[in-house]
Amino acid sequence: MHELSVALSIVDLAREEGERIGGRVCAVHVRLGALSGVVRDALTFSYDIACQDTTLEGSRLVIDEVPVVVFCPTCCAERVLVSPQSLWCDQCGTPTPEIRDGRGLELVALEVEQ
Amino acid sequence: MTAAPRLVEVRQNVFKHNDLLARTLRERFRSAGVFVLSLVSSPGAGKTALLERTLTELGTRYRVAALVGDLATDNDAARLARSGAAVRQITTGTVCHLDAAMVDSALAGWDLGTLDFLFIENVGNLVCPASYDLGEGLRCVMMSVTEGEDKPLKYPTIFNSADIAVITKIDLAAAVEFNRAAADRSIQSVRPGMETLAVSAKTGAGMPEFLRFLEARRMDSRAAGVP
Repeated sequence: MHELSVALSIVDLAREEGERIGGRVCAVHVRLGALSGVVRDALTFSYDIACQDTTLEGSRLVIDEVPVVVFCPTCCAERVLVSPQSLWCDQCGTPTPEIRDGRGLELVALEVEQ
Repeated sequence: MTAAPRLVEVRQNVFKHNDLLARTLRERFRSAGVFVLSLVSSPGAGKTALLERTLTELGTRYRVAALVGDLATDNDAARLARSGAAVRQITTGTVCHLDAAMVDSALAGWDLGTLDFLFIENVGNLVCPASYDLGEGLRCVMMSVTEGEDKPLKYPTIFNSADIAVITKIDLAAAVEFNRAAADRSIQSVRPGMETLAVSAKTGAGMPEFLRFLEARRMDSRAAGVP
């Protein structure tokens, strides 16, 4: 389980950004890709531990789960994957190795109280 | 009265520190002319056995070295050092994966310009290593015939993050009734187009193809200026 080190990275980044913005960070919003290799529940659990004794203690982690989006070369269109186990177009069946979204883990926004 | 919290957009990759360092490492490897292959698999799939044979056989023609990650013990490094290659152990303690910083510090004092191939053996784990770029030129995911043909479907993230799949212990394939076609279907389902090789580090079956693959990819990357 590497979610604790991931949570520590999120807390570090959120603290840096929070200091730059000014005010108390009360919520941290992240986009979690289905192919990011990070598990939602383990991340939620680790987040509270990572926040302890920091300025983020008591803040909420808001996770927006992002499905895998691929490009289908036959349809010339982006398709949302039904499952990360099956990288093919659900409309025409073409294999779709080109991933457009759903791989990353991104800090997207902070909720700040003045 | 307290004002309602305001939502401020920030947009930061959570792995940015690792990714930036990995990019620096990749540039170092490129300018030193060393081709770097990382190996990931579950514990016991045969990373060390494949690497031992690879270092021994490639070592007759190339300058080879390895970094080997483990939670504890330097048994694997000692095993690999028997090949005559330069080997360094990275002991991660309780950390279940290697990251770019661990690779960077393990390389301290090494003259990469004296190497043709550098292998990085990750900690045996099919989950956590997927998230960490190590600056490698190529990531090799391995599965042994004893693990079941659907392994890629159970761990799609790591298989998707790899550049080549190697099926190991094929000398045991008949005994465990391994179905190669089913394994290929699983691999292609999570990573369409990925090249797959099959080897036995014990009998040497498939080793010439694996070594030829490594040499060809090294030549390609040198031609492209990206070892």
